[in-house]
Amino acid sequence: MSGLPLGYLTSSGERAGAIVPLTWFVLAVSVAVCVVIGGLLGLGVWRTRRHGPRVEPRAVAVERGGHGLGWIRWGLIASALPLLVTLVWTMAALGRVVGPPRRPALVLDVTPRQWWWEVRYNGDEPDGTFLTANELHIPTGRRVLVRLHGADVIHSFWVPQLSGKTDAIPGQTNLTWMQADAPGRYRGQCAEFCGLEHAKMAFEVVADMPAAFERWRRAQLQTAPPPATAAAQRGQQYFQYRCALCHAVRGTDASSFYGPDLTHLMSRRLIAAGMLPNTRGSLAGWVQSPQAAKPGALMPDQKLTGQQLNDVLAYLETLQ
Amino acid sequence: MTPAAFRTPEIGEDTPELRARLHAIWATEPGWKGWFTTVDHKEIGIRYIITAFVLLALGGIEALVIRLQLAGPDLNLLTPEQYNEFFSTHGMTMIFLYASPVLSGFSNYLWPLLLGSRDMAFPRLNAFSYWVYLAAALFLYAGFLTGNGANDGWFNYVPYAERQYNPGLNQDFYALGMVLLGISTTVGAANFIVTAFKMRAPGMSINRMPILIWGTLTASVANLVVVPAVSLAFFLLWLDRQFGTSFFQTSGGGQPLLWQHLFWIFGHPWVYAIVLPAMGMASDGLPVFCRRPLVGYSLVALSTVATMILGFGVWVHHMFATGLPGLSLSFFSGASIVITVPSAVAIFAWLATIWTGRPVMTTAFLFFASMILLFVIGGVSGFMTASVPVDWQLTDTYFVVAHLHYVLVGINVFPVVGATYFWFPKMFGRMMDERLGRWNFWTMFLGFNLGFLPMHLTGLFGMPRRVWTYPAGMGWSTLNMITTIGSFVFAIGVLLFFVNVARSLRSGAKAPADPWGGPTLEWAVPSPPAPYNFTVIPTIASRHPLWEEALDESRGRSSIARGMMLDHGKETVTTTPLDAEPDRIVEMPEDSWAPFLLAAALGVLFFALLLKAWAAIALGALLVLAALVMWLWPQRRLLEREPAHG
Repeated sequence: MSGLPLGYLTSSGERAGAIVPLTWFVLAVSVAVCVVIGGLLGLGVWRTRRHGPRVEPRAVAVERGGHGLGWIRWGLIASALPLLVTLVWTMAALGRVVGPPRRPALVLDVTPRQWWWEVRYNGDEPDGTFLTANELHIPTGRRVLVRLHGADVIHSFWVPQLSGKTDAIPGQTNLTWMQADAPGRYRGQCAEFCGLEHAKMAFEVVADMPAAFERWRRAQLQTAPPPATAAAQRGQQYFQYRCALCHAVRGTDASSFYGPDLTHLMSRRLIAAGMLPNTRGSLAGWVQSPQAAKPGALMPDQKLTGQQLNDVLAYLETLQ
Repeated sequence: MTPAAFRTPEIGEDTPELRARLHAIWATEPGWKGWFTTVDHKEIGIRYIITAFVLLALGGIEALVIRLQLAGPDLNLLTPEQYNEFFSTHGMTMIFLYASPVLSGFSNYLWPLLLGSRDMAFPRLNAFSYWVYLAAALFLYAGFLTGNGANDGWFNYVPYAERQYNPGLNQDFYALGMVLLGISTTVGAANFIVTAFKMRAPGMSINRMPILIWGTLTASVANLVVVPAVSLAFFLLWLDRQFGTSFFQTSGGGQPLLWQHLFWIFGHPWVYAIVLPAMGMASDGLPVFCRRPLVGYSLVALSTVATMILGFGVWVHHMFATGLPGLSLSFFSGASIVITVPSAVAIFAWLATIWTGRPVMTTAFLFFASMILLFVIGGVSGFMTASVPVDWQLTDTYFVVAHLHYVLVGINVFPVVGATYFWFPKMFGRMMDERLGRWNFWTMFLGFNLGFLPMHLTGLFGMPRRVWTYPAGMGWSTLNMITTIGSFVFAIGVLLFFVNVARSLRSGAKAPADPWGGPTLEWAVPSPPAPYNFTVIPTIASRHPLWEEALDESRGRSSIARGMMLDHGKETVTTTPLDAEPDRIVEMPEDSWAPFLLAAALGVLFFALLLKAWAAIALGALLVLAALVMWLWPQRRLLEREPAHG
């Protein structure tokens, strides 16, 4: 099922995997039922041909050809077995996947917002905690607990290859979990209608081998280095004046949390909540006019001069 | 003089003199005055149906625009806000303004004819429920046409519907419009319930009612129970938005999930309410073309009721992903799996009717029979979503969109179109064109399946619902193009249906009283029926009054041409709820301005509430009060026990 980033008839982890066989089973039962009933219906209608094509209903005499109750009896008996199996299997599968793991290897706090994903990694000490956005890294083979916090409207957290949907609802914290068998990138998507850009609210879960994950985590804890080139320095000044109204870069004065934390912007593969590749070109386009790429996004068009844009990009590119 | 209620009715034959006398009593005044004041259930029923079909066409055009926007990845035909208003208005239109009213229309038209009565129990309430429906439709569409349409889906989840995230008038239009529409649904439901239990012809005991009566009765009981929940929810939302209450806002201690419970406690039974009457149409229509009685009448009637009872206990399956505890999830999951059983009863009863009968393939039969297959497809996909862990993947993907379209188009639109072919001759005295009917059927059937069968795959491949666009490379592009093509073919099919209706109205062959050889009472009266329906009130001896000779299953025979004359005034008879023993004679109200004026006054009041214009609100309230006084003003005709018409 490659080529289907959001497909779920296959799985890449324990939790999603527990559901795949059940999904195929109910799918097979459903197709079989449609084929059998469709066949019976088709044959039954085919029998109308005995009258020839254009008979008036009134020309055919009314008679009760048997009571026909056997159809209902046998139909119900035949339906009961798959229903029963489904019921039992459903409860069994539910038991396996519903509960959050007792000792998760990692606990993440995810807060979906219109229309991006804020992700908090918690350390044992305050300096071990950091924020990132739209890209979750997890270690392979480990159970990861995700606490979902509602901030504005309702969103739904969904990584089809790893985990079914769980809503993030204001006023409550919902728990979900996932586990990835192998390293890779798994696409996630908001699955509850949340306004203008519900369509463009994706994210990625990156599963790394535990050692690689640790390296990533340590790198994310670094604050941003002071920019070295003149262009980047000018860019930073402009950033503080303009972008820092909403964005944070740890290690600088920019510390607002209305938008994604950009401390390690360049480490992410995609920008704009999974919508654009993180290249200089698309970054420039996004900074200049997010409303073109994602009409309704809460980030306004910036309308920078060419010089300002180049400087800001030079600065952003230092945020490795 | 004995009051009419306790008079012993005279028994007589159906004679031309009696017809002339009844016509003078019952006929609506011709011209515009009669048009506004009529309380004739047949007139009201046809209005309901026509209005609902107009809205079906509007909702269909919205759907086509949506399908153009989704035909390929990254298209920009609509802006996100336009898309959201289009898909929300499409859902609202089809579910609230087409699917339910069209069934009310058919039931309004057919019930008294099926039951052997001269009108519904509360004719003025009947007219009122139509006018309020029309007012609500105009109100809701006024929002859409001024760019203030519903934009949060038909389900309208908070907090997105709250003012903080949705500052325009969009949600105020939707909230108030739904409260207004709820009035129409509620009074209509009350009328159906009383009619079913009190207005049946003598002898039509409860186990002799046509299945359509069972379907609409069950749906009406459900509506009476659940519509208050949704009216309340929309009213609370309006208070939240306009007066700063916090029923659904966490900032003031409210709960967003409260909305979902209130909405789906209503929403799921409502789904059954908009399919059970249509299933009833098929249950009554199929046997006519299979030339035998329905197999398993009692089981089908009971399964209708059982579906609704279970239907009250499954609403949480719309909320499996909201973080509810596992135990409650398993309960609602189990209930949602079990609810397939009564549906299976109906399916096998229809199949058995076809197999043990001698089916004649008419257009109406094709529509009813194809419904069986579409119902099964929509049913099994619903069964898949009933399994909680599977639903965590399926929910909010296009799989559910495919599912609900198979349910609503398959079990509402198809039987309704079939019912039109079936009862059109009764309504208008002309047959519909069978040749064009075949074209109509096959274009609709193939177009629908071409559009919506592949949509299951779109969902299994992970396309989320309610997205205004989607990127390339997700595996959805080809499927979406196919769906768009299919939906246009389907639309052409629906257009052929409208063409056939228009042509047949003008130049269809004249219809006899009983063109199909049907078993029920409506086929005993002329096509179209006289204003008083039945010259004499029939007395019923079996479930199939017109098939008694052919079936020859009992010695008793229904009496159709001889019965109570009730020609002293605008009279009909009520009977006891279960056995349908004659109870008393009731005098029916004359045509009246009150229903129209009350509905119009409500329209004024609701527009005033929308704008929060206090002077206009006061005026609207006064108008409502005045119309109510007019309605309730004692009338000599209804109180006086002398015959009103001499």
